[in-house]
Amino acid sequence: MIWFDTILQGVLLGGLYALFAAGLSLVFGVMRLVNLAHGDFIVAAAYLILLMVTMTGMSPFLAVLIAAPAMFAFGWALQTFMLNRVIGDDVLPPLLVTFGLSVVLQNVLLESFSADSQRLPSGPISTASLNLGGINLGVMPLLTFGSAVVVIIALNQIFYRTALGRAFRATSDDPSTASLMGIRPAGIFAIATGIAFVIVTIAALYLGMRSSFDPNIGPARLIYAFEAVIIGGLGSFWGTLAGGVIIGVAQTLGSAVNPEWQILAGHVAFLLVLLVRPRGLFPRAVD
Amino acid sequence: MAHSSPYASLTRTRASRVAGLVALGLAVLLLVLPAFASRGLIQDLFFILTMLTLAQFWNLLAGYGGLVSIGQQAFVGIGAYALFGTVILAGIDPVPALLLSGLAALLLAIPTAYFAFRLQGAYFAISTWVIAEVVRLSVAQWKSVGGGTGTSLPRSATGSMWFTQAIETLFDVRSAAARDILAYWLAVLLAVATIGGLYWLLRTRRGLALAAVRDTMDAARSVGVDAGRMKWLVFLVSAFGTGLTGGLIYLQKARISPDAAFSVTDWTAYVIFIVVIGGIGTIEGPIIGIIVFYALQTLLADYGSWYLMVLGLIGIAVMLFAPRGLWGLFSDRTGIELFPVRRRLTGGLLSHPHHPESKDHG
Repeated sequence: MIWFDTILQGVLLGGLYALFAAGLSLVFGVMRLVNLAHGDFIVAAAYLILLMVTMTGMSPFLAVLIAAPAMFAFGWALQTFMLNRVIGDDVLPPLLVTFGLSVVLQNVLLESFSADSQRLPSGPISTASLNLGGINLGVMPLLTFGSAVVVIIALNQIFYRTALGRAFRATSDDPSTASLMGIRPAGIFAIATGIAFVIVTIAALYLGMRSSFDPNIGPARLIYAFEAVIIGGLGSFWGTLAGGVIIGVAQTLGSAVNPEWQILAGHVAFLLVLLVRPRGLFPRAVD
Repeated sequence: MAHSSPYASLTRTRASRVAGLVALGLAVLLLVLPAFASRGLIQDLFFILTMLTLAQFWNLLAGYGGLVSIGQQAFVGIGAYALFGTVILAGIDPVPALLLSGLAALLLAIPTAYFAFRLQGAYFAISTWVIAEVVRLSVAQWKSVGGGTGTSLPRSATGSMWFTQAIETLFDVRSAAARDILAYWLAVLLAVATIGGLYWLLRTRRGLALAAVRDTMDAARSVGVDAGRMKWLVFLVSAFGTGLTGGLIYLQKARISPDAAFSVTDWTAYVIFIVVIGGIGTIEGPIIGIIVFYALQTLLADYGSWYLMVLGLIGIAVMLFAPRGLWGLFSDRTGIELFPVRRRLTGGLLSHPHHPESKDHG
């Protein structure tokens, strides 16, 4: 029973990792770009929410609703004015630019907010739990997992049910043919990054409410997100959720054996999947 | 073939001959420097030379091999820990143990490449980082070299290291300063051997194959270049060199911890910025890059995190507006190459390539 409980906690933790990863998965699916500053943007969004909450005393959930459009605009601008300039056949420029962005962002946060750990105030919800047939599940982890599922469903709906999604898929398959059909790839990329930044904001909410954060934790979140995307298979949103769950379960199982092995166990699970299924469990995109 | 034809393919230029002589003079100057220089200068130069060596190996990977790794700290760290492990556990002298630093990195590079080569581009980059994290977390479990908190080289090992006695009497310095001088000399040798070795490698047939793979993989394959083997070669060579440098860096520091030895900022971010700012894909680039890097570090030493911020912003600006770096800007305008690896066809009708008309009207 204790193992079942551990695995369940791991599944719920996986929801958080899937939220970290969903934006990465979207951007990669549409433009084959990996933003190495992804984790740092999640941390930056958490600080933005923290700032709004401490200045006005509003609920973090309300703060996310206000922050999300601003983050969309920021992502759109980042893609339009910086990343679109370096995107292309050569993988080096986008990698190095986003790596530079990651370093700059970490140090801007360090300079603005100091290295002290922060936490978003979440009220009684952070300790509340539900008793389901003898197993206690925290409301917060359940809410995180539920949000991850909603985000994944929403992304799938956008991708496969809307004109925008058709443009995403067309640009993803072949940008030059898509542009012959009246689609402007640069504009499509900017919207995709904007949506990714909305997801980043949602991820930041749960990151900040579930645990403390400081300016230096971004790269580790990027790594978890990356592992979830690769395990799931490039271009599959449900795969990304499955990948997050696998990392989460591996981590909780690892830490049940020895608390020092938590992070290591997640990485080892990733390497094992890479060994057996190099293209991930549910690959969709061909890169 | 070349002898029977009036044409020849050359890589040397007048600038490269001058540069060769200047480099030779500089190397000799660096070797005799401990006779006059202060200990602080020797330590600074040690830092510059080891970072330059790391940058050259990353440049070989990314600039020539097209393999953007952000996990080079794995090789620095494993090299350093191999040194500490053999010195502490087997009682071997640190100087010969340096070879084990390189070998340990080479051994680690084989499974790393096996995993990471399954992924392309950006995913290759992050997977090298994941593997570096795995190695860091595993080494932190290794209790006999201090676990997560780290350890120091035992005094018995540092005090009686090879050559230090001789250096103490030669320069009349104390044991700690003698260790700095020894480490510095090794760093000079390593940097010279690295630059010389890379220059040699890039001018051989393998170097040509490497450049071909980087420029157009399919075309290179179609003329018979084994692209997969070139990637392995580059990855293993740069892992070996990075591990050796890591061992040397920690031989001088004499104190190690997993977080420091496997630091992505110190051993990969700095190195990437040095190469990118100087000019990726050239031997001159990292040399220019290390000068800019050191100057910035000296200027901004008192401003803490502003330093990394400025470095990052310059890196981004260079990538956006001058992707071939400062050396690329200079070289494009002047045509000067100090370490030319490009083959130019000369001789026969091409013997006056810049003034073809002078021959006709001559």
